[in-house]
Amino acid sequence: MSAAATTLAHEVPPQAGPRAFLHRLRQGDQIAHLLTLTFAAVILLLTSMLVYELWINSHLSRTQFGWAFFWTKVWDPNFDNFGAAPFIYGTLVTSAVALLLAVPLGLASAIFLSELAPRKVSDSISFLIDLLAAVPSVIYGLLGIFIVVPLMRTTLGPLLINTVGNVPYIGVLFRGPNYGVGFLTAGIVLAIMVVPFIISVSREVLLTVPREQREAAMALGATRWESTWQVVVPWARTGIMGSVFLALARALGETMAVTMVIGNAAAIKASLLAPGDTIASTIANQFTEATGDLYLSSLIELGLVLFLITFILNGLARILIVATERGGGRPA
Amino acid sequence: MKKALLVVWLMTLSMAVAAPRATAQGGAVKLNAAGATFPTPIYTKWFDVYHTAHPNIEINYQSIGSGGGIRQLQSGTVDFGASDGPMSDEQLAQSKFKILHFPTVLGAVVPTYNIAGITGELNFTQKALAGIYLGTITKWNDPEIAKANPGVNLPAADIVVVHRSDGSGTSYIWTDFLSKVSDDWKTKVGKANTSVNWPVGLGGKGNEGVTGLVKQTPNAIGYIELIYAVQNSIPYGKVQNAAGKFVKADLASVTAAAAADAKNIPDDFRVSITNAPGPTVYPISSFTWLLIPAQIQDAAKRDAIKDFLKWMVTDGQKFNEGLTYAQLPKEVIARETKAISLIQ
Repeated sequence: MSAAATTLAHEVPPQAGPRAFLHRLRQGDQIAHLLTLTFAAVILLLTSMLVYELWINSHLSRTQFGWAFFWTKVWDPNFDNFGAAPFIYGTLVTSAVALLLAVPLGLASAIFLSELAPRKVSDSISFLIDLLAAVPSVIYGLLGIFIVVPLMRTTLGPLLINTVGNVPYIGVLFRGPNYGVGFLTAGIVLAIMVVPFIISVSREVLLTVPREQREAAMALGATRWESTWQVVVPWARTGIMGSVFLALARALGETMAVTMVIGNAAAIKASLLAPGDTIASTIANQFTEATGDLYLSSLIELGLVLFLITFILNGLARILIVATERGGGRPA
Repeated sequence: MKKALLVVWLMTLSMAVAAPRATAQGGAVKLNAAGATFPTPIYTKWFDVYHTAHPNIEINYQSIGSGGGIRQLQSGTVDFGASDGPMSDEQLAQSKFKILHFPTVLGAVVPTYNIAGITGELNFTQKALAGIYLGTITKWNDPEIAKANPGVNLPAADIVVVHRSDGSGTSYIWTDFLSKVSDDWKTKVGKANTSVNWPVGLGGKGNEGVTGLVKQTPNAIGYIELIYAVQNSIPYGKVQNAAGKFVKADLASVTAAAAADAKNIPDDFRVSITNAPGPTVYPISSFTWLLIPAQIQDAAKRDAIKDFLKWMVTDGQKFNEGLTYAQLPKEVIARETKAISLIQ
């Protein structure tokens, strides 16, 4: 290619050289523009096709149950009565538990790695964390079954029931029979799964905060911690939030690890120790053997609901990010 | 770099061209089938052995689940299907063509449990199993369980019920049995199905998921396939049959269930043999079926399928016990042979 270009450049009159070169360059620009546009359009097309397919194939279920699908608490393939409420509840609760545990842990680790740890230590630990992010979810599921579930049943569960379980109001979250599997166990396993995302992205973002910011804070007499917490972290707020929503997205859609530890019961219980189920796990469990048309259609509508939940939460995330940017921190 | 790509590209291209030519030799027949996961080991074995004996016939089986097998057969994407439960009248009516059922092997579902200090085989009455899975029997020392197990020191602990979380033929057989022996089950939970709205309990994915939960959770009970229990040496209990006897599931007692009522099996073979009569019968047994179109346009495919079915009910049955599947009783084989000749 380059060889052809040089011969061509030699053939045209010398004074026209630079102009011809510029012309070719512009042509390259156009090709690149077209190419990237096509790929961007493919993403758009894929998403809309996905929604279209889910919408069309859930027709039967949508006409049969209407909006009641969202709050019906029964999932009964035998009597053809389907509602998404237990699974919506399970999805939101497990993801919330996961974020509650993972965000403080992840953020603290990221701050340590970017601000306090020596660069060599920080780099090697981040390498390991990136590895963790690539571990298949079924491995986390096994980790859950063999470590978290027994721990929950024998130690953590009874401890929570005997201590927090007696506290008014929030005690209701930690009562009842404790099987080891349930919302809390699923939340813990999800937290372990998403924490690498939070650490990895947050650390990168924190490292991009300009040195001058830290120096300026120190110059004003701030301690290291004050400069980190009051200057560096707010500056990186947008990126950190981005990492949290990436983690949330993974938690919402996680299938395998959740189904292995949540107990798979289509029920809404106040206690976090009770077994439940999530949308993704239900679809994965029941899709292959769903024989009736309405049954299959309802499973597909579950997929549509999950898409909707992800869409709404992502929208809220965008609004939150815009709002916090306006409120200070990193200059626009 | 470019050269390497070119080589790869050419190789793929040549393979794509060569592959159909290879199968076209000698009137080769390629059959596609899909369906039940439970009989996959024996089906894989059969299709492999049959292919070795008949190199021109190749059967490709995808174990995507009974529901998927039925749907793919109805939409014509496979030549035949396989299912752990017979197709319902409604499903048959929906199909554009007539579909025949052919029993292939027998399977059974057994109760397994984990109670500290109890190593022997527990006896379960029909009422006890229904009550446990309905949530009306909640303690291990409930009189309904205790009276069938004299001398066993059952704890006063809560029973942790474990069922399958994924839709499965195993659940179909289990709920088929429960709906036959308990009117409460029939009205509250309904007929046999691959997934039901379980009144109580935890769900585990697959036989291994249920086994894992039962092993880990003290005072748990679950149900698993007999084959899985035997191959993994998991202890399981005896179940009371229609004659009132407590029978342990094994190949003999499962075949007995199919033989017990062989004369009354309808001509379309869509029959449930759970809770079959007879003192030696294991009551939670079932056939699994191949689903074959009654009319096959392609003569080569028709002959191949008919020949395979004939081989399957005769020579093929020899491979069953090695894989811990019970053999079909003679009466059923005789009737199937007649039915095979009716495929057009």
